[in-house]
Amino acid sequence: MGLIVLLVIIVLIAFWAMAIYNRLVTLRNETQNGWRQIDVQLKRRHDLIPNLVNTVKGEMDFEKNTLTAVMDARSRAMSASGPADAARKEGELGSVLGRLLAVTENYPQLKSNENVKMLQEELSSTENKIGFARQFYNDIATKFNIARETFPSSLLAGGFTRAELFAVTDDADRAVPTVDLSMKPPA
Amino acid sequence: MNLLEQEAFNRRRTWEVMAAFVVFLVLIGAGLDIFVVGAFPVATLGALAVGGGSALLTYRTGDRMILASSHAQPVDELLAASPGEDDQLRYRQLQNVVEEVAIASGLPAPRAFVIPDDDPNAFATGRDPAHASIAVTAGLLRSLNREELQGVVAHEMGHVRNFDIRLMMIVSALVGAVVLIADWAGRSLRYGSFGRGRRGKDAGAAMLIIVAIWIVAVVLAPIAAQLMALCVSRQREYLADASSAELTRNPLALASALEKIDEATAPTTAIKKGSAALCIADPNERPVNEREGGWSNLWATHPPMAKRIAALQAMAYQSGPGSGSSGAAARG
Repeated sequence: MGLIVLLVIIVLIAFWAMAIYNRLVTLRNETQNGWRQIDVQLKRRHDLIPNLVNTVKGEMDFEKNTLTAVMDARSRAMSASGPADAARKEGELGSVLGRLLAVTENYPQLKSNENVKMLQEELSSTENKIGFARQFYNDIATKFNIARETFPSSLLAGGFTRAELFAVTDDADRAVPTVDLSMKPPA
Repeated sequence: MNLLEQEAFNRRRTWEVMAAFVVFLVLIGAGLDIFVVGAFPVATLGALAVGGGSALLTYRTGDRMILASSHAQPVDELLAASPGEDDQLRYRQLQNVVEEVAIASGLPAPRAFVIPDDDPNAFATGRDPAHASIAVTAGLLRSLNREELQGVVAHEMGHVRNFDIRLMMIVSALVGAVVLIADWAGRSLRYGSFGRGRRGKDAGAAMLIIVAIWIVAVVLAPIAAQLMALCVSRQREYLADASSAELTRNPLALASALEKIDEATAPTTAIKKGSAALCIADPNERPVNEREGGWSNLWATHPPMAKRIAALQAMAYQSGPGSGSSGAAARG
C-alpha cells in the first residue's frame, strides 16, 4: 500500500516537472521567434532605404550630407556583427533616418510627391513594426526570464540562458533627434 | 478584470452559452415529442441535429456573411484595382497599420476590409485569431490620422486576441439557430397539438397549462438569448480599449479617435443591426448607449463614450509623458 502511494507521488512529480520543463522550452522558442521577427523588420528597413534615397535625391541637392549619412549608416548596420553591435548601429541608422524624414518636410515639392508620400508611409510603418517587434520581444523575453528565475521552475532551468532585453543603448537614442531647420529650402 | 481573466471568462461563457443552447433544443424537441409527435426521441434528435447543424454553418461562415452584409471589400483587392492617389495611400496605410498591430500582439495579421460608408466606425469578426477580419469604414480612414487609426485597429485586435470575436460568433450562431427552431416548433404546434390535447379529457386541463408554459418559453427564449449577447458585449469594450493602449502604448490616440467617432452622429447605415455589438461605436447611435444603470444596462451594446475616453486619458496619465513605445514591461 505504502509502495503504491509512493509510486503515485513519484509519477505526479514527474508529470509536474515535465509540464514546467515544456513551458520553459515553449517560452524559449517564442522568445527566439520574437527575436527573428525583429530581424525581419530590420531587413525590410534596409531594403526600403535605397528607394527612398533615390526618390528624394534629385530634389535635395542641399542635403547631400544627410543622404550620404543615411546610406553609410545603412551599410554599417548591415555589416554589424553580434546583437549588441547591431542594436547600436541600427539605433544610429534610426536616428539619421528620422533626420532625413524631418528634413523632407522642408521641401514642398517632395511633400506633395506621391512616390515620396508612399515611401514615407512605408518607412514610418517599418519603424513602427521594428518598435512593436521589440516591444513584443521584450514582453515575451521578460515572461521567459521570470519563469527561468522564479521557484520552482528555476530548479529545472539550469540549461536555459537568460534572454537579453532590448534597451535604449545610448543617450543619443534617448534624446529626441535634433534637426537643424534653419537652412531654408530653395523656393 | 484583467485580460487573462477576460479570456478565461470568454471561454467559460462560451461553454455556458453552448450548454444553455443544448438544454433549450432538448426542451423544444421534447415538447414537440410529447405534444405533437408522440414518440419521444424523434423531434428531440431532429431539433438537436437541425439546430446544431445551422449553428455550425453560421459559426464557419458567419464572418463572411457579416462582411458581405456590410458590403465590406478586402483592402488588397481595392489596392489592386489601382484607386486614386489619396485612396491608394489610405488603403496602404490601413494594411500597414493592421500588420503593425498584429506584430505588437504577436498574432497573425487579420484580413483588412473597407466598408463604403461615410460614418466613421470599425469592427472585428471571425472565429479565432487565425481566421479574423478587421473592417473599417471609408469615413474612418478619411477622418482619422495615422496614430488614431492605429488606436482603433488595436482596439479591434484586442477583440481578436481576447477571443471576443469567437464568443460573439458563437452567440450569434446559436441565437440564429434558436430563432429558427423556435419558429419551426411554433408552426408545428399551431397545426398539431391543440386538437390532440383536447381529445384526452382527463389530462386536458393539466396538458393545456404545460402547453401554455412551453409556448411562453418558446417565445421568450430568443429574447433571453439576445439579452445574454448584449450583457457580455459592453464590458469587453472597456477591455478592448485597454488592450489597444497595451499594444500601442498610446491611449491618447485612441481617446482622440473616439472623440472624432462620437462627433459624427449619423448612423452607420452599411452595418446591419445584427453586427452592432461588434463595432467600436454603436452604428445605430441609439441614445441608450449614452447612459448607464437599470434599463440602459440591459439594452446597451456599448458603454458611454465619455466614460471610455476618460478611462483612456487616465491610462495616459499613469504611464507618464516619458514612456517610450519600446518600454520593456510597462503595461498600460
